[in-house]
Amino acid sequence: MFPAVDARQVHKHFGSLHALDGVDLRIEQGEFFGLLGPNGAGKTTLINLLAGLALPDGGQIFVLGHDVVKQYRESRRLLGVVPQELVFDPFFTVRETLRLQSGYFGLRHNDAWIDEVMHHLDLTDKADTNMRRLSGGMKRRVLVAQALVHKPPVIVLDEPTAGVDVELRQTMWHFIQQLNRDGHTVLLTTHYLEEAEALCGRIAMLKRGRVVALDSTRNLLSSIAGCRVRLKLAGILPAALQSQVVEKTGENYLLALSTYQALERVLAELRLAGVTVQEMALQQPDLEDVFISVMGR
Amino acid sequence: MLSFYTLFYKEVLRVQKVAFQTLLAPILTALLYLLIFSHVLEQHVEVYPGVRYTAFLIPGLVMMSVLQNAFANSSSSLIQSKITGNIVFVLLAPIAYGEFFAAYVLASVVRGLAVGLGVYLSALWFSQPPMQYPLWIVSFALLGSAFLGAMGVVAGIWAEKFDQLAGFQNFIIMPLTFLSGVFYSIHSLPTFWQSLSRFNPFFYMIDGFRYGFFGTSDISPWFSVAVVGGCLLAMTGITLVMLRSGYKLRG
Ligand SMILES: Nc1ncnc2c1ncn2[C@@H]1O[C@H](COP(=O)(O)OP(=O)(O)OP(=O)(O)O)[C@@H](O)[C@H]1O
Ligand SMILES: [Mg+2]
Repeated sequence: MFPAVDARQVHKHFGSLHALDGVDLRIEQGEFFGLLGPNGAGKTTLINLLAGLALPDGGQIFVLGHDVVKQYRESRRLLGVVPQELVFDPFFTVRETLRLQSGYFGLRHNDAWIDEVMHHLDLTDKADTNMRRLSGGMKRRVLVAQALVHKPPVIVLDEPTAGVDVELRQTMWHFIQQLNRDGHTVLLTTHYLEEAEALCGRIAMLKRGRVVALDSTRNLLSSIAGCRVRLKLAGILPAALQSQVVEKTGENYLLALSTYQALERVLAELRLAGVTVQEMALQQPDLEDVFISVMGR
Repeated sequence: MLSFYTLFYKEVLRVQKVAFQTLLAPILTALLYLLIFSHVLEQHVEVYPGVRYTAFLIPGLVMMSVLQNAFANSSSSLIQSKITGNIVFVLLAPIAYGEFFAAYVLASVVRGLAVGLGVYLSALWFSQPPMQYPLWIVSFALLGSAFLGAMGVVAGIWAEKFDQLAGFQNFIIMPLTFLSGVFYSIHSLPTFWQSLSRFNPFFYMIDGFRYGFFGTSDISPWFSVAVVGGCLLAMTGITLVMLRSGYKLRG
């Protein structure tokens, strides 16, 4: 079985900038995969190479076994890409846009599926509205719909939820997850880390054109040892605990704990110093902690 | 095949949706030329014996409109798509570069012919030139508009800004069309300009096209059709190589 996406030693330069510096990435069929990284890390560049919107300076990328340069027609047929930039053709309505996109992919009589996609993305009311008259979030939904007209086995979403309201984000993820359950592979980039944590089975982190972390979401989360405790104290934190402080605002403290057992020592120290605990909450490490720790390296 | 057809259809739909700009405006412009030049020159100039100047002028104006609009169509559609970014929808799709080429060029031919026909029909009100060889007329209109459509694809891909495209239009297309004998026969020019005209492909397009109406021309239509066909082939080759390399379209 071919991997859905297989990038091998991919390089891309823009002048003197090494935007992708030997990226190796293998995404299996059926995965929900997250590609994370700060602004300018190279996420969109990698997606552009994958989609054939730009050509690599070195290395190869395969989509389900098809070289994206040499077998561009096959590989493009297998991909559905939602570009990061909000673009649209001002001459057409939503339905016309989706019909044209179907035609580009060689599909005639695609209206049943177009209607279904519009329904799932809450666009049915706007079907006959000109693209110019849509709000930003609605245009973004049309971009998602355009990527899905040909039921691509590999769906690539470059920040699809930027500017989309909470309710629609929910409906959209519901739909994408359903497609993922039906066997579609999903590659997602986003700056909403909770979103990636909740949806992605595996995650790669990109920094200055290199993959700096690649693992299952669960392993990445457990790679951050221990947890944190948030405390509100009636008094001053004992000196013995100062080294564990992550954050302090007034009498609110956030302490890092190497293990859950370490909580006992914290409570013991507080009792010894006679400091009363007014509020306490344990916090699991989240993807943001992993992200910060990986990027800080 | 359906990808090609869809892209072609989209381009024609675009022309239709802004028909005021893409069809009516150029027809009006050509009629203004006709009105003014024929008014000024009708009494003074007889280019071909027995042919009134207005009648002589009509085929040239028709062909000039065909050529300019064929060029304008592919070039402006491409640069608009590039600047607004919606060219990605075409670039993401499994459309072969040959299909991409054919779709843009064919849409340019359609717009060129539509404007040409519009100019011709409205010009009939002023004067009715004969129509000796319709097949030559159609051949030159098709070859010429395809050549300009392909040139528009090159210009639209090459230009990064509207003013670069305007430069291409004002410094290459306009002079070449105006100096191609639309308003005169090149035999009325000084020798130097006459020989220079021989290097202008537009001259052969206009001359051959006009032959289809009057049955007389400066140059044999067979020679002209060979020149225009050769130019179209060369331009097609250049454009296909450019598209295959992804020049300026796929960074
Ligand atoms: N066409 C281009 N020409 C020159 N430099 C470019 C081009 N496209 C991208 N870059 C540069 O390449 C680097 C990677 O950009 P890219 O768009 O891939 O980042 P990204 O990870 O998608 O960031 P973001 O999260 O902001 O979308 C950046 O430094 C960017 O400035
Ligand atoms: Mg990006």
